[in-house]
Amino acid sequence: MTFCCASGGFDDAPIKRHPSIAVNILCDKVLSLSHPIDQCAKRPHIRGMTDLSRIRNFSIVAHIDHGKSTLADRLIQSTNTVADRDMKEQLLDSMDIERERGITIKANTVRIDYHAADGHDYVLNLIDTPGHVDFAYEVSRSMRAVEGSLLIVDSTQGVEAQTLANVYQAIDADHDIVPVLNKIDLPASDCVRVAEQIEDVIGIDASDAVMVSAKTGIGIDETLEAIVTRLPAPDGSVDAPLKAMLVDSWYDAYLGVVVLVRIMDGVLKKGQRIRMMATNAVYPVDRIGVFRPEMTSVESLGPGEIGFITASIKQVRDTKVGDTITHEKKGAETPLPGFQPSVPVVFCGLFPVDSSEFEDLRDAIEKLALNDASFSYEMETSAALGFGFRCGFLGLLHLEVIRDRTEREYGIELITTAPSVIYHIFMKDGEMIELHNPADMPDPSKIDHIQEPRIKATILVPDEFLGDVLKLCQDRRGLQEDLTYAGSRAMVVYDLPLNEVVFDFYDRLKSVSKGYASFDYQMTGYREDNLVKMSVLVNDEPVDALSTMVHRDRADMRGRAMCEKLKDLIPRHMFKIPIQAAIGGKVIARETLSALRKDVTAKCYGGDASRKKKLLEKQKAGKKKMRQFGRVDIPQEAFISALKMDN
Amino acid sequence: MRSVFFGGGTPSLMKPSVVDRILNRIQQLWPLTNDVEITLEANPTSIDSAKFAEFSSAGINRVSIGIQSLNDADLRRLGRLHSVQEAMTALEIAQKQFARVSFDLIYARQDQSLSSWETELVQALSFAPDHLSLYQLTIEPDTAFALRQAAGKLAGLPNHDLSADMYQLTQYICDAAGLPAYEISNHAKPGQESRHNLIYWHYGDYLGIGPGAHGRVTLDGARYATETPLSPADWLHSALEGSGESKRYSLSPVDQAGEYLMMGLRINEGLNIDRYEGMAQKKLDQLSVDNLIKDGLAFLSGRRLILTKPGRMVLNSIVVALMPIH
Ligand SMILES: Nc1nc2c(ncn2[C@@H]2O[C@H](COP(=O)(O)OP(=O)(O)OP(=O)(O)O)[C@@H](O)[C@H]2O)c(=O)[nH]1
Ligand SMILES: [Mg+2]
Repeated sequence: MTFCCASGGFDDAPIKRHPSIAVNILCDKVLSLSHPIDQCAKRPHIRGMTDLSRIRNFSIVAHIDHGKSTLADRLIQSTNTVADRDMKEQLLDSMDIERERGITIKANTVRIDYHAADGHDYVLNLIDTPGHVDFAYEVSRSMRAVEGSLLIVDSTQGVEAQTLANVYQAIDADHDIVPVLNKIDLPASDCVRVAEQIEDVIGIDASDAVMVSAKTGIGIDETLEAIVTRLPAPDGSVDAPLKAMLVDSWYDAYLGVVVLVRIMDGVLKKGQRIRMMATNAVYPVDRIGVFRPEMTSVESLGPGEIGFITASIKQVRDTKVGDTITHEKKGAETPLPGFQPSVPVVFCGLFPVDSSEFEDLRDAIEKLALNDASFSYEMETSAALGFGFRCGFLGLLHLEVIRDRTEREYGIELITTAPSVIYHIFMKDGEMIELHNPADMPDPSKIDHIQEPRIKATILVPDEFLGDVLKLCQDRRGLQEDLTYAGSRAMVVYDLPLNEVVFDFYDRLKSVSKGYASFDYQMTGYREDNLVKMSVLVNDEPVDALSTMVHRDRADMRGRAMCEKLKDLIPRHMFKIPIQAAIGGKVIARETLSALRKDVTAKCYGGDASRKKKLLEKQKAGKKKMRQFGRVDIPQEAFISALKMDN
Repeated sequence: MRSVFFGGGTPSLMKPSVVDRILNRIQQLWPLTNDVEITLEANPTSIDSAKFAEFSSAGINRVSIGIQSLNDADLRRLGRLHSVQEAMTALEIAQKQFARVSFDLIYARQDQSLSSWETELVQALSFAPDHLSLYQLTIEPDTAFALRQAAGKLAGLPNHDLSADMYQLTQYICDAAGLPAYEISNHAKPGQESRHNLIYWHYGDYLGIGPGAHGRVTLDGARYATETPLSPADWLHSALEGSGESKRYSLSPVDQAGEYLMMGLRINEGLNIDRYEGMAQKKLDQLSVDNLIKDGLAFLSGRRLILTKPGRMVLNSIVVALMPIH
C-alpha cells in the first residue's frame, strides 16, 4: 500500500458550503478567511489522501429529534474541527428552513480528524442524516457511501418507527452498527429499558451501547473510540481504475453544480478528466475538496475518502445520484451498483399567485430539483389557476419544504393544490392510464375499474393511545396486519391506502397520541377499490383545483366535511355563495355561505381620508392574493386546508 | 366661506374670546355666506357647558356634543370623564343657547344587547335633537383597540350578525323618529344636515388649520392634501415661523378618485359617476356595478351611483371592489 501525501491543499480559501445564496457565501468567506489557515498550520498532517486503515466512514441515523445533529455538533467540536467560538447548535442544519423547524432536511458530510487512544490519527467522515420519514431517501443514499452507522436512540423515548426503518436500511447496506443511547442527562432517561427494547424489538446487541448526552458532552470520547474500534475501515485500491460514487449533487450559486463523491477505488486528482458512466459526459475536474464543514480544497481524494468535486457541470442531468464517476481514459469497466431510485408518492400542483411569474417559477423549480434528487416535476395547466407545475414528492413535509424554499429563496408566492397520489385507471378498452391529478379524470363511463396505491404502515405507540390509533387507521380504510407489544409499547402494522395517509395522517396520528406515536411506511402495491372523483362547485362554478378522488362509501361524508370547511375558509362576500360537492352531476353535499352583512367604517371625515383609504387599499391588495372563481375570491390556504379531516 | 368647524380633541376648552378672535380673522380674510355654519365640538362637562353662552355670542351657531353613552358604567369604560346627568344638563343648556345642536353616541359596545341599545336610542331621541351621530364601535386594524382585542381584552363585543342587527334597528328607529340617515352614521331632520361635514363627503375643498389638521385644497387646477404638525407646540412654532403646514403634496388623479369613491358613497346623494370617471381617467367597472345592482346593494339615479341600505352596510367591501388601482 502506498501512502501518498498530497500537498495539503489549502491553496484556496475555504468556501462556505451552503448552496444557493450568493450573498451569504461571500460574507461567510470573508468572515472565515483567517481561521482555516490557522487550522492548516496546526495540523500539518492533513492531506488529500489517507491510509485506508485510518479512515472511518459512518452515518448518524435515528428517529426524528433523537439528537443526530446535536451529536454531530459534539463530534465536530471535541475534535476541534470547528473552533468553539464558531459553534452553534445543529451547526450542520444550515438552511433557514432547517433552522426554523429545528429539523434536518439534507444529509451533511463532515470530515474530522481524530487522534485516537491507540496513538494513531484517524480521518472520520460523518454523515448526519435527516430523521423524518419523508427524507428517508437521503438516509439510504448516505448509507451507501459509508461502512457503518451510529444508531442514536433517545433514552427518554426508546425505539421509534424510524429507528426501526433506519436499522433495516443499515443492515441492508451491510453496515456495522454502534447503538448510542442519547439524552442521558434528562431525568426521564431510562437506558436499561431502552437497551432491552433495542434487543427485543430490533434484535441487535445493545449490551455495549454507548451512553451519551449530546447536549452536555458526556460520552463523546467513548463515542469517538467506538467509531474507531468498532466500525470497519473502508476497502479499496489506489491502483485500480477510479470508481467514485456520485452520492449527491446540488446547485451552488457561486460554484455551480457541486458533486458529493465517495471514492471506492483509484485516486481522483484536480485537473483530471472524468467521465460520468451513466451519461458518458466528460469534464475536467476544477476543484476537489472536503467538508470541514466549510468546503476546503485538497489536491486529491483516494480510496475510502469522501469529498466534493466541481467541474463546470452545466447540465444537472449529467449528475445522476448513484452514478459512478471514473477517469475518461483507462476508466473502470463496470459501474458500481447504484441506488434504488426514489419514487415520488405525493403529487400536487404548484402555481404562481401572480401568473406573470410562471417563468420565474420554472427557473426556481429547476434549480431546486438540482439540489434534490427525489423531487420531480412537469408542467401543468389548470382552468382555474393557469400555468404551473405538477410536482412529485416523497411526502407532505417534503412538499412543504419545497414550497417554502420556492417562496423564500426565490420570492415567488405559490398556490398549492390538493395533494394526490397516482391512481391506475383501467379503461374498458384495455388501456391503463396513470392519473396524477384528479382534474384529469377520464369520462367515468369509459372506466372499467380504478386501482389505488397501498402502503404498509408501521406505528409504534404507547398502550394508552392504542385505541385511538387503531380507530384512526380504521377510519382511513386501513386493514390491520399485525399487533405486537414490546413492554408498554404496541407496534401495529396496517395496510392503508396511500391517499388516506399523504395528507394529514401524520398530524392526526400525532394529535391522537399526544405526540407519542411514531410512524413509518413503505409502498406495497396497487389494489382495486370503489373510487370516484368528487368535484367541488363554488357559486355554481366547478373549482378544478379542489377535485379529489374518494372512496364511494366515504364520499358523502367527505363531501359534507369539505363543504363545511370551505364555508369557514372562504370569507363572506357581498352575496350568498352556495358550496357544493358533486360526483358526476349528482350533488352529494351543500352548504351556503351567507352574505356579508356589515363591513363599514363608522367614522370617516376629512382628517381620516388618507389613512382610511390606505386601509382599503391594503384590503384590495390582500384580495388580489386570492384566486377568483367567477365572482368568488378563494384564499390560497383553502386549497389545502379544505382537505384536512378532523378524524 | 360657508362653514367653520372647531373640532378634534376638545375645542370647548378654548376661551370663548379665542374663538371670537379666530372668527373675526376668518371674516377679514374670506367673506362669510349669510347662512354660514359655525360648529363647535363640545364636551358635555359642566366646565364646558358653562361657557356655551359666551361661545354663542362669539358666533358659534351649532354645537356637537360628545355624549357617547347614556349609561354611566359604559362612560367609564369608554374612558369618559362626564356623567349622564352632566351630559343631559349640557344638552339642555346647548339647546337654549344654539340654534342647532347635535350629539353623538357610540353603540355596539361591550356587553350591549340589542334591546338595551334600543332603550338608549329611544331615550336619546326623546331629547328632540335635530341631528344625531350614531357611531357603531368598530375595531379598526392598527389601532389601540385592535391590539386590545388581539390580546383578548375586549370580550363581549357583538358578533357580525348582532352588529348588523344593531345597525339596522338604528336605521329603523331613526327613520320613524324623522331623523333618517343622510350618511352612514349621521342622522338629521331634513335640512339639519351638517353642511360642513357634507363638504368632506362631497369631496370638496377644506382648509385644515391648527395642530394635526388635514386639508384638501385646489390650487391652479391641482388638488393638494395638507397636514399640520400634530403637537400643539410644533404647530405653534411652525405657524409663527411659516405656513403652519408640515406637509403638502399633490394628489394623483387615481388617489383623488379613490378618496372621492370612499367619501361619496357614504351619503344619500351617492357618487357622481361622471365626476369620478373624470378623476380616475377611466370608467367605473361596469361588471362590478351590475353585480352591485343585481345583489340589491346599489342603484343608479341618472349618472349617480347610490347605495341602498344593505349596500351602505358593506360600504368598505364595495369601495374595495370598485377602487381604482395604481
Ligand atoms: N437534554 C438533551 N437534549 C438533547 C440531547 N441531544 C439532543 N437534544 C435536543 O433534542 C432536540 C433534537 O435534536 P437534534 O440534534 O436536532 O435532533 P435530530 O435527530 O438531528 O433531528 P432531525 O434531524 O430532525 O431528525 C434538540 O432540541 C436538541 O437540543 C441530549 O443529549 N440531551
Ligand atoms: Mg438533525
